Amino acid sequence: MAGQDVPSASGRGLAGYMPLPGVQDEYLDAQGAIRPLWSQLAAHLGGLGPEDLARHIARADQYLLDSGVFFRQYGGGLSVERPWPLSHVPVLIGEADWDEISTALVQRADLLEAVMADLYGPNALVAAGKLPAELVAANPEWLRPMVGVRPRSGKYLHFLAFELGRGPDGKWWVLADRAQAPSGAGYALENRVATARAFSEHYAQEHVQRLAGFFREFRDALMASRHDAESRVAILTPGPLNDTYFEHAYIARYLGFNLVQGEDLTVVDGHLMLRTVSGLRPVEVLWRRLDSAWADPLELDHRSQLGTPGMISALRAGGFEMVNALGSGVLETRALMAFLPKLAPHLLGAPLKMNNIATWWCGDAKARAAVLGAPERMLLSNAFATGMPFDSAGPEPERAGDMPPDALAERIARESGALVAQEAVTLSTTPAVVEGRFEPRPMSLRVFLARTPEGWQVMPGGFARIGSSPDPAAIAMQRGGSAADVWVVSPEPVPTPSLAGPDSARDRRATPGALPSRSADNLFWLGRYIERTESMVRLLRACHVRQAEAGAAAQPLLDAAAPLLKGMGLDPKEGIPQGLLDTLGAAISSAGKVRDRFSPDAWSALADIDKTARRMARNVTPGDDAARALSALLRKLAGITGLVHENMYRFAGWRFLTIGRQHERAMNMARMLEVLTDPELPPGALDMAIEVGDSVLTHRRRFSVAASRETVIELLALDALNPRSLRHQVDELREQIDMLPHANEHGALSPLARAALRLYADFATADPETLGPAELADLGARIAALSDLMTEAYFR
Amino acid sequence: MRYRLTMSIRYAFDRPSGDGRQLLRICPARLPGVQQVTSCEVTVTPRPAERRSFTDFFGTEVIELAFPSGLSEVRFDLAAEVRREMRQAGFDQSAPLAALPAEIASVRDLDAQSPHHFLAPSPRVPVVPEISSFAAAAVAGAASVREAVQRLGEALHEAMTFDAKATSVDTPIAEAFAGRQGVCQDMSQIMIAGLRSLGIPAAYVAGFLRTEPPPGQPRLAGADAMHAWVRAWTGGLAGWVEYDPTNACFVDSDHVTVGYGRDYSDIAPVTGMLRFFGAQSGSHSVDIIEI
Repeated sequence: MAGQDVPSASGRGLAGYMPLPGVQDEYLDAQGAIRPLWSQLAAHLGGLGPEDLARHIARADQYLLDSGVFFRQYGGGLSVERPWPLSHVPVLIGEADWDEISTALVQRADLLEAVMADLYGPNALVAAGKLPAELVAANPEWLRPMVGVRPRSGKYLHFLAFELGRGPDGKWWVLADRAQAPSGAGYALENRVATARAFSEHYAQEHVQRLAGFFREFRDALMASRHDAESRVAILTPGPLNDTYFEHAYIARYLGFNLVQGEDLTVVDGHLMLRTVSGLRPVEVLWRRLDSAWADPLELDHRSQLGTPGMISALRAGGFEMVNALGSGVLETRALMAFLPKLAPHLLGAPLKMNNIATWWCGDAKARAAVLGAPERMLLSNAFATGMPFDSAGPEPERAGDMPPDALAERIARESGALVAQEAVTLSTTPAVVEGRFEPRPMSLRVFLARTPEGWQVMPGGFARIGSSPDPAAIAMQRGGSAADVWVVSPEPVPTPSLAGPDSARDRRATPGALPSRSADNLFWLGRYIERTESMVRLLRACHVRQAEAGAAAQPLLDAAAPLLKGMGLDPKEGIPQGLLDTLGAAISSAGKVRDRFSPDAWSALADIDKTARRMARNVTPGDDAARALSALLRKLAGITGLVHENMYRFAGWRFLTIGRQHERAMNMARMLEVLTDPELPPGALDMAIEVGDSVLTHRRRFSVAASRETVIELLALDALNPRSLRHQVDELREQIDMLPHANEHGALSPLARAALRLYADFATADPETLGPAELADLGARIAALSDLMTEAYFR
Repeated sequence: MRYRLTMSIRYAFDRPSGDGRQLLRICPARLPGVQQVTSCEVTVTPRPAERRSFTDFFGTEVIELAFPSGLSEVRFDLAAEVRREMRQAGFDQSAPLAALPAEIASVRDLDAQSPHHFLAPSPRVPVVPEISSFAAAAVAGAASVREAVQRLGEALHEAMTFDAKATSVDTPIAEAFAGRQGVCQDMSQIMIAGLRSLGIPAAYVAGFLRTEPPPGQPRLAGADAMHAWVRAWTGGLAGWVEYDPTNACFVDSDHVTVGYGRDYSDIAPVTGMLRFFGAQSGSHSVDIIEI
């Protein structure tokens, strides 16, 4: 029995750790002794006091928070971003054990490739009676338009993952095959960094196999499968609302690939093209993180808005390589596991080196008898379900043993081929920190395989899933499960590869950098929303300061500013108006769509100001209270502006962001001057304009007189040296627009560049006397028109 | 019978479209022994940027088109000549209903003619319990699969009213059945749902119906547009039979086939939209005369 009467030795092990009776434990053997593999880690962890342990764990959590690692959790009709749930104690696997796992999974990957090639090729398995026709024909993941479409490389599968569990006898079992678009490899990298951060003193001493080499080889393999060095590799994501979008953006950034959505792509003459601000650019390798059915609304699910019409046409033409081939989800079919063990000798000439969990497809009479003969061990579910039992979106499996025998028999006879039975699994347990104590929790491994010219490469560790309670069903992350790092420990020191290999510098230079149109669009709007937020805060602050200082006497002035507030959707009776929160929300949403191009620091700063503003909105009252809160927001905004504008590489992406910001600033300034320089307004309106225009000191320095209409127009509209002036924005807009792709080709100006130049010329020759409210309104309209020309030229 | 067939489909957009891609499934099928195509031409106006053809999984010829942006109107014109052979119903060689599952299971094939594709629910033909019980009642006591097909078809023809205004191309079958109204597409998909609930593999057939009846016979319903009917697998010996529930008859030489699918979504005449803003309007006319 597992160590109940043999308390683990404190000081050299995990104090108070008690495995569950009859359950295999990774850390303690059946006698309650620490397994040799774990001795060093256990001694390290056991040597930490509760406070030290908490401090170590906090280092990992802080890292994950700072890096903005999150996943999306669904529930109650809402979806929210959750910090990545790391279980801090890594799972340790010995190198010899790992080598066996690797060999077995490489064999299984080859088996899946052979099955895939048959299902989308000759269908000889069905003809030979090795697979029931019904299992294929009724399978929603078997995509008829892909039958007969040979992948360009000749291989269907390039990136796979397997879920593994260890049974009570200590043997590993495959719980599920992931062939559609496996997720988690990017999170594994973050697991590793965070865990190494938590136990940095110890990590350096263990011989833990590194993960970077796996990614380097796969990146190089994808780059090498292009035929044209000018084409690119892209990662296709369903978008920011997907549960693992963070990982899509993360891997794109880490490997230097374009992150794209279906609408970013188009098909031209059998070639897949990316819409960029410089025109269409070829994509020859697409790493798909989108389920197959959504990939092409023309030939697959017509309702899809996530795909690209013509994608299959380009595949038929051999225009690009899809990783993995469309339709690979069929390999995840739960009932297929009933046949894979028999298919291995048929297709590979050898039995499986590692079994999958025992599975019975109820379309078969013998299987039905087996299920009825031993229902207590069986879980029943839909034959076409994918993923692990208890880990998919569909209904949970039912325990056959809980049903009355008659009902069970009737159900099996009625549903027959639509039903599958699987043996209920018992997973091994591994130590997890629960409320400061080490507790056993069920664990499954996710192992990733990538195809390279040298064959399948296995990622050495990195990803395990840990249950939130001792019940194996609690392993699903959507239900509170967490993830842990997996350390594959060698007896000898291991080499430390990094992502930069010998060839990567050349590849890097060869990667062309044209900006996708949708990213440009989002960056432009991000620039606009951040600037709009700042304009709002300045205007609101000016109003609340006056209300606080002059009370009712300020009313005429506030009435004068009312059209400005109204135009921005702001209600001055609210301390922090809803309109301001909506604009911040829009900024976050734009930033979320370009997360692969946005620094984690800037993202955190943006999330922080959003949180602060929402908190303030609950209790800040108009007047002095609001004025002070708004000043605090303004300081935070300055921080964001700094992070965004100072740290971004001066490339096309930055240019669109900057143009967005200047465009918005110019429009707001034109509108403010139009309203506040009206000669009919009460005194104080001009001072308010100078304050909102953040030019109080400059005005004092340049003009030793009180503000007049002329001085205000001079300073805020026409002074090229004032970074807040209209003239300054127009100068910069012209300069930046001129540097956009195709704006100025050998002196031939695009419509956008021409409009910007005309504005520039008119400003350069304007004088204060001729800039009345009507002229300012006209200028505002011309500036606004630039936005439409931008959209026309770059965002379609 | 020889027919000359013309069809014109037109779409107009109230604002110029974005770039777009379409699939057309409108050419008459070449079916050895049943249907010969002597000529077939599809004219697309304006000229598309890309045009190619391929054969889909179920053997239908598909024309693939791509247009650049800025389109305000598009027209597809079909002109074809087809010879359709008479097919006599003959003896009923179909399987008894109870023997059908074993006959299906003995088919180890996944080609386009395999019955296996047509048993499971498909995108537009889900399981609708009301249709299942209607079908069970309609065929009670039927000796053979063919008889079951005919009985269900006649029962639906009796129960449903042909009404071109009651449903649209996207009306779910449950709704059309609840209202007991619809066009050939609804009737066919409802019948398919019923047949599948009985364990009879059933496919959707798209095609045309002669517009002018032979002298002295009434004009058939659904002749002014593309038509649809049902194909059912009746066992290894008798194979597929085709039945038109809109007109309560087995399919003969009045019908011209374009192709098969699990339901309308596999064989829609025009698939794919242009990226456009604003409204879209269309028209559709068919003429099929005996020559």
